[in-house]
Amino acid sequence: MSDEKLKELQEYIQEFASKENKQSYLIAVLHKAQSIYGYLPKEVIEFVSEEMRLPTSAVWGAATFYNYFHTTVKGKYIISVCMGTACYVKGAVEIMETIKDELEIKENETTQDMMFTLQEARCLGACGLAPVLMVNGKVHGDLTPEKVKKLINDYRSERL
Amino acid sequence: MIKVYINDKPYDVVEGITIMQAAAMAGYKIPSLCYHPRLSIYGGCRVCIVEVEGVKNFAASCSYPIKDGMKIRTNTEAVRKARKEIVELILDNHPQDCNICKRNGICELQNLAREVGVEERMFAGERKRYDKDDASPCVENNQEKCVLCGRCVRMCAEIQKIRAIDFVNRGIKTRVSPAFDMSFKDSVCSCCGQCITVCPTAALTEKDYIKETFEVLNDKSKIKVAQIAPSVRAAIGEFFGLKPGKNWEKETAASLKKLGFDYVFDTQFSADLTIVEEASEFLDRLKGNGALPMITSCSSAWMKAMEQFYSDLIPNVSTCRSPMSMLSSIIKTYFAKKINVDPKNIASVAFMCCVAKKYEAAREELLIDGMRTTDYSLTTRELGRMLKSSGINLPDIKGEEFDSPLGQSSGAATIFGVTGGVMEAALRTAYELATGKTLIDIEMTQARGFEGVKEGKIDVDGTEVRFAVVHGLGNAAKILDVVRKDKNKYHFIEIMACPGGCIGGGGQPYTAVNGQTFDINLLKLRAQALYDSDKSKIIRKSHENPDIKKLYDEFLGTPLGEKAHKLLHTHYKPHFPKGI
Repeated sequence: MSDEKLKELQEYIQEFASKENKQSYLIAVLHKAQSIYGYLPKEVIEFVSEEMRLPTSAVWGAATFYNYFHTTVKGKYIISVCMGTACYVKGAVEIMETIKDELEIKENETTQDMMFTLQEARCLGACGLAPVLMVNGKVHGDLTPEKVKKLINDYRSERL
Repeated sequence: MIKVYINDKPYDVVEGITIMQAAAMAGYKIPSLCYHPRLSIYGGCRVCIVEVEGVKNFAASCSYPIKDGMKIRTNTEAVRKARKEIVELILDNHPQDCNICKRNGICELQNLAREVGVEERMFAGERKRYDKDDASPCVENNQEKCVLCGRCVRMCAEIQKIRAIDFVNRGIKTRVSPAFDMSFKDSVCSCCGQCITVCPTAALTEKDYIKETFEVLNDKSKIKVAQIAPSVRAAIGEFFGLKPGKNWEKETAASLKKLGFDYVFDTQFSADLTIVEEASEFLDRLKGNGALPMITSCSSAWMKAMEQFYSDLIPNVSTCRSPMSMLSSIIKTYFAKKINVDPKNIASVAFMCCVAKKYEAAREELLIDGMRTTDYSLTTRELGRMLKSSGINLPDIKGEEFDSPLGQSSGAATIFGVTGGVMEAALRTAYELATGKTLIDIEMTQARGFEGVKEGKIDVDGTEVRFAVVHGLGNAAKILDVVRKDKNKYHFIEIMACPGGCIGGGGQPYTAVNGQTFDINLLKLRAQALYDSDKSKIIRKSHENPDIKKLYDEFLGTPLGEKAHKLLHTHYKPHFPKGI
């Protein structure tokens, strides 16, 4: 962990030092930490817990509760496959399996080249385009296994 | 007073209570799971739901405040059905292995299932699967059996203020674990075992050494020596369904003989020894040789917490080993020599009210010339299970005395098990050693009772000795913050990690008073059993125990002497496991 990043996080935490219920700013601090590090490494969680005088178990509990927070390192592209009802009915399982085969990883894993992280999502609110997935916030709909393979190749060769 | 209607009958109740409390006053016990009267309200399990007129959904009665004119129905068909379904769903995500479970017959979930009338398993789908965490020498975490009531989490955070555990993940993946999903072994867990006391199932249990102990008992090459702590005898009866509040001392001693132990000694004997050493150490510090306030060191969970969170206070902590470890030292040295046996061939087994004593038994600092002195430390519950599985029914057993020469004890040693007892015992001796006068008023009411923090003072030959007594690690934190700021406020502090002291230890039977374990009235009854025994003894001061005098004459020399230092004292070092 670089001192610069740590210093940035520490300064952010200190903004709340004088506030009442300063420990209630945990979520904001974790957001900040993740924006700095890309995910929440254990060392960072320990640092947050010490700086905020919060038990590590509580910080870990919050970090693992929210889907948004990642406690493991993530790839460049985060693929979230919608497993909501509409997508499920329209073949989301097949889409998921295709990606798993293509990337040779399981859900919540990251490819060795650190390009892709695969995860499941609940309804993305794009049921009309079912089945859908999202790559770093961009939605791709009306998918078939073939389309998904092409999509992955496009990302892999940085054509998108 | 406001008026409420419970099952169509009017009741006058005070404002500010919950539906559950009002219903209890009206004579209805509403089933519950996550609720515990001594912990904060959680409202997570929904087992305690009732109907409230005008409220659309069922209300969780543990957290719903009562209002004037409220009409509550606790037992309608719809409520009964919904409650049963909630329990069924919990059971469907729970291993159906009751017959081979440690808590078979003493399980809250089992009782609840029976109470709400569960008769069949509705859904045979998937259920959660986790590996058991059994790496800690004290606590086993079997998350497959966890019902996520969170009582352990609240106990650890609110009463003990350690917060070693919390909920991890969310939804169906939620589990209770220390930070980073690490084992209890590597966490900041103090090993007090209070989480076990409030766990309704066998999700959290003590690490069990029954098998190992039976193996030892069947090993013909070993001399088997047992010791029992004061609080074990004040609670073991409860394991056999007997009313709390009686001291089963002689019956327990006899039962251990029947189990196959060659010698049954008394941890109370070494409690007297602890007092002679500790009182001498205190007087020495009072003269300027060492830091004040002096803090007691008998409670092993406090030891672990101290090394993790209060290592700056190490100079203040008494160097005395706990009574268990002192007796084990004496068994493997003095006693081994006396019966002319190689200490390697002695198996020393301790029966304690404590879960953390398992950790203490394994502490490297307590080895004597590389030899472990307490081979196994078992809880009251484990003793109960051993006796039952051996067909030894405690209430039917004819009592026997402890064996000589490590079996005689004073009344002061008996009260070690209650919060304030060590202080009272130490002051009885310290006063007489310092002044040479006889202490007349030996019952120190200032040290007694169940207030979280107790304070008192005693005049020792013109010197005012100020003391404090705390029980529960949360209360300890309060007093230690004071000590960190002001070293002169107290001279002597007793800290017990468990609420109530050892009688409320994490290894005690799951006795429910008022429908719940961890009840203050239960602690009072157990305490009374020990105070009564103290009163009934002729010798009530540790230094007057003739066998203690003999031990010093024959073997140890003087208190705080060279031999005593090696066998009866220890040292501490800071530990910083992950987490604050």
